[in-house]
Amino acid sequence: MMNKLKLIIHREFIAKVRNKSFIVMTFLSPLIMVGMGALIYFLMQKNDEKVKKIVFVDHSGLFSTEDFKDTKTIHYTDYTALGIEATKKKVEAGSYYGALFIPKQDSLELLAQSIEFYSKDSPGMSLMNSLENKISSKIRNEKLNNFGIDLAKIKASKIKTSIKMFDFSGEESSKLINELKIGFGFIAGYLLMMFVMIYGTSVMRSVIEEKTSRIIEIIVSSVKPFQLMMGKILGNAAAGLLQFFIWGVLIFAILTLASTIFGVDILEMQSAGISSEQMETIKDRAVGDKSMLIIQEILQLPILKMFVLFIFYFLGGFMLYSSLFAAIGAAVDNETDTQQFMLPIMLPLILGVYVGFATVINDPHGSIAVLFSHIPFTSPIVMLMRVPFGVSWYEIAISMASLLITFVCMVWLAAKIYRVGILMYGKKPTYKDLYRWLKYKS
Amino acid sequence: MRNLLEVKNVVKTYGDFTALNNVSLNIPKESVFGLLGPNGAGKTSLIRIINQITLPDSGLILLDGEALAPKHIAHIGYLPEERGLYKSMKVGEQALYLAQLKGMSKHEAKKRLKYWFEKFDIAAWWDKKIEELSKGMAQKVQFIVTVLHQPKLLIFDEPFSGFDPINAQLIAKEILQLRHEGATIIFSTHRMESVEEMCDEIALIDKSNKILDGKLDDIKRTFKTNTFQIGLKTSNAKEVTFELKQNFEVSPSNFKLLNDSLTLNVKLPKGNTANDLLSFLTKRGEVQHFVELIPTANDIFIQAVQKNS
Repeated sequence: MMNKLKLIIHREFIAKVRNKSFIVMTFLSPLIMVGMGALIYFLMQKNDEKVKKIVFVDHSGLFSTEDFKDTKTIHYTDYTALGIEATKKKVEAGSYYGALFIPKQDSLELLAQSIEFYSKDSPGMSLMNSLENKISSKIRNEKLNNFGIDLAKIKASKIKTSIKMFDFSGEESSKLINELKIGFGFIAGYLLMMFVMIYGTSVMRSVIEEKTSRIIEIIVSSVKPFQLMMGKILGNAAAGLLQFFIWGVLIFAILTLASTIFGVDILEMQSAGISSEQMETIKDRAVGDKSMLIIQEILQLPILKMFVLFIFYFLGGFMLYSSLFAAIGAAVDNETDTQQFMLPIMLPLILGVYVGFATVINDPHGSIAVLFSHIPFTSPIVMLMRVPFGVSWYEIAISMASLLITFVCMVWLAAKIYRVGILMYGKKPTYKDLYRWLKYKS
Repeated sequence: MRNLLEVKNVVKTYGDFTALNNVSLNIPKESVFGLLGPNGAGKTSLIRIINQITLPDSGLILLDGEALAPKHIAHIGYLPEERGLYKSMKVGEQALYLAQLKGMSKHEAKKRLKYWFEKFDIAAWWDKKIEELSKGMAQKVQFIVTVLHQPKLLIFDEPFSGFDPINAQLIAKEILQLRHEGATIIFSTHRMESVEEMCDEIALIDKSNKILDGKLDDIKRTFKTNTFQIGLKTSNAKEVTFELKQNFEVSPSNFKLLNDSLTLNVKLPKGNTANDLLSFLTKRGEVQHFVELIPTANDIFIQAVQKNS
């Protein structure tokens, strides 16, 4: 019995990993992922390099070129002498990005509300933030002056506070690490969904192939359909783990290689999501320090725990879903007939990802997030998203146990459909047929 | 123990549909047993039960006197009608895999495969994928896979489909050779001429019931009608025909002789022997042709099924 199962697992595993698409996927996708990252980084830099030329007309007399210093991405020109109307025309016709009008007002409060910006394209958020920050700080300084407060003293009194956050196990956390936790959790959850879908459909295809090639009847005259189904599921799971493992090794190798070649550049890539304009507003934090911080923070994440749980939830989730995929594959004659049965399977997977995105980000321990991390069909995804924030061991234990129990029940049900379906040809089955098959004696 | 396989009162239903209604069969050792019947009669259901692909609702199956159990899988070889192999798997690997599933060791399977591949002169295909082979080539591989583990019981469902006449003959020879070496063969087919050639016994299943079984010769004996095909060279055909009609049951015959003889089918009434007819004929002309009409498997099939409906 066990020997035959081993044979089937071996065959399914070999058939899967010898497949060209598996080889291509395994070795190319990490390269593609790293390549995409590099490309995005490159494009962002290119994008930032485009200098925006902005003119300003200041009738208030408050501002000077001192206040509008050129930056890497924005160049300011003083058009006050030209007047509003002429400037507008010039900007509209010329190559300037936009024009800022500062009118003369009686009070600073009024002034703060009456500044206008004209541009051909609607300006980005970060540009507007940058402009508003400049104007606000100027007007605030002006008001402070009016109140007779010494600016130098204010500057000297500035202090930056950062509260260190701890949980009761003594682990230090910070805002940054929170973002990292969200990132890691979501990548793990999303990856798991993709794995389950890709490998689940692969199990389904393999079942359909056996049916259409008609070898199924020979196989089931030698082994029990349940053995064949389990062998298929386990063989594919092994192939999935291998792929996951190779990816891990490859990504690690590529990152190591890249960081030795480009030095610290590769670490900067991780902060590429923050545009240089935003960087300006937080430039008091040095880039190098940030990279160091990220590494430190990543090292503080429960990496090993996450890894082990990823493997467990991948296996559990995959086996739960792939038994259903196998049942569908057995019920139909060709892939086009699978559509009607696919939706109910895909739905909980997608729901898991959406619920994860929507709830875990706000409150990883909120009631919805907790609930969905215990429902077996969504728990692999939602629980993985929650794990980086620290989930108590008993919650994980309950979630794992319910996943395992559901898996056993589902395999039992799926095997009943599978057993009948693999020998049925011709008619496209309905849900009613599947229900009838469940009741057949073997 | 004379019978290798005994099927006792097997019932199989799928929902409301009865596929096998209390079917019993005895399949003698070292025989070729023809399992016949119209499409949808229940043959495949029975074959699947014998292969333990499905279980009967009730009834018993004995293989060599023992109730059928999973350990018997290794003693049964099955070539299904709708056959196939993994298309993208290599011939050799695939044959090894299927042999191991039947319980053979890898080493033993390799040795046996080598023997068969050389016998069929297909050793060069070992590393080819099934999708690279023609249909007939794949069928040969399939045949080898079926018989490789030297099963006691071989079940062939339409074994000749997909083969050209030369290869069909080769396979027929191999099947008879396997019986000679001690295997028992269940042979299911719609090609009645191969039933005549191969089968020792037959069973006919129609509408989920067994309607006929036994030795092919015995069945023929019970189905024969004492009818003779005659050819008579006579100058007065009309008169002879008239006289024949008065003594026997006469019907037209459609065979041709080289000359213009009178040809007829003549059925003897009860009590008459062939000699009575022969002496009647010799008095009236020169007998050129005299053959008893033995029903063919084809005739028996058609008659039995029509009578059943």
